[in-house]
Amino acid sequence: MTPGHLLAVVTPYTVPTGLMDVLQVTVLVLVAAAATMVVVIRVPVRQVIALSVYGIALAVLFLVFQAPDVTLSELTVGAVVLPIMFLLALAKVRGREK
Amino acid sequence: MTPGQRRWIFLAAIAGLAAFYLWGLVGLPGFGNYPGPYGDVINRIAVAQTNATGVVSAVNFEYRGFDTVGEEFILFVAATGVAVVLRHLRNERERNADGETGDAPDEGQRVPETSSAIRMVALIMTGPTIVVGWWLASHAQTDPSGGFQGGVVLATAFILIYLAGQFLAFQRVSPTDVTDAVEAIGAGGFAAVGVTAVAMGLPYLTNFLGLGITPGAVSSSGTIALISFFVGLEVGAAFILIVGELLDQTLLLREGSG
Amino acid sequence: MQYFPFVVVVWILGVGLYGIVTSRHLVHLIMCLIVVQSSTYVLLLGVGYKTGAVAPYFFDIPNHTPAVDPVVQALALTDVVVEAAVSALLLAIAVQAHKRFGTLDPQELVELRG
Repeated sequence: MTPGHLLAVVTPYTVPTGLMDVLQVTVLVLVAAAATMVVVIRVPVRQVIALSVYGIALAVLFLVFQAPDVTLSELTVGAVVLPIMFLLALAKVRGREK
Repeated sequence: MTPGQRRWIFLAAIAGLAAFYLWGLVGLPGFGNYPGPYGDVINRIAVAQTNATGVVSAVNFEYRGFDTVGEEFILFVAATGVAVVLRHLRNERERNADGETGDAPDEGQRVPETSSAIRMVALIMTGPTIVVGWWLASHAQTDPSGGFQGGVVLATAFILIYLAGQFLAFQRVSPTDVTDAVEAIGAGGFAAVGVTAVAMGLPYLTNFLGLGITPGAVSSSGTIALISFFVGLEVGAAFILIVGELLDQTLLLREGSG
Repeated sequence: MQYFPFVVVVWILGVGLYGIVTSRHLVHLIMCLIVVQSSTYVLLLGVGYKTGAVAPYFFDIPNHTPAVDPVVQALALTDVVVEAAVSALLLAIAVQAHKRFGTLDPQELVELRG
């Protein structure tokens, strides 16, 4: 008695392959552009916003690569935890410079 | 070596690396033609063997559980490292934590009041965030969720408490010794589950609890759910500690003889 | 399309390394390090992808639908969270370095002694 027969209904989740290709190429180009933006911006406070955008673009890329688990991780880490750590450290550093 | 020279040497090096990389890439099967056997093998046998429909979490906590123990302890050590590096140095004293408007703010460090919109939104979203984080941490075996994601979302809820109120509220809700204890319980609990298997005569981290009847139910798949719960506790506590240390540094510590 | 994701990987790696080499602010350098690390996630997931396959979660689809590789996803998943903690440690070191030396410029920090 394998447990497989207890599963629910069949749901199609696949997309025509050509459409998936276009989607993946678009999101990959967005990710490359966001990475370039993160490096090119030199002022740290503005770079934190760029890092946040890069994290969200990466999360969309992971979703398009059929990996929802990694999407969840990257979304919470890249959009919440990393910016708050960087902003706190920058506030500390700037507070001493004044 | 001037910065300009450094830049040119770097560009030459990265051109060489990219050339070798692309040369090696041409011999690979390409994107989308996945050849390797392990992915297909695991997809075929995972649901039948562990009664967990979330195969990624089954791989993380069951088939490769030993690696996850290692990664969790990297997290633990990093949080400890932050606490050690940001310790109070000899010539620093701590300002009174009673509200951020205690003594007069330093020159040029006027902090604007948190706007009511931020306070309201943060207050409303704290409850649902905790529920979502708890749900993620306890459903590792069914859906795309798991201990790591759930733990980070739980830590986010505490950050929202800081945003909605003052630093004092954050400190009251998550005092350092309690967070330390929770993190230790999380890390130790994971290791303890493995050691319990050894005490029963099986190899380390064997799935010794009952596997349940329905695949994908919350109580199925044995130790995967338990381990995911412990990992969620540990990851959440580690991030709360890290953010608490940075907040402590930024808002409380002042230089001067004490 | 056969090799495009891997070309993007080496682009992100190169851009991040360029940022590290020519950085003038320690916090900017840490963010470029995060960019370099994230190129490996794209590489991992790109290796495991199968055309026309779905995510490896068999909650509501039949058991033998072709799915992408779950092992690389497990690797990338823990990787993301650990990266955040390690960059927190680097940030803490940068904050203490600023306290000690008064500057956050990596090209000046090299020359200071003690």
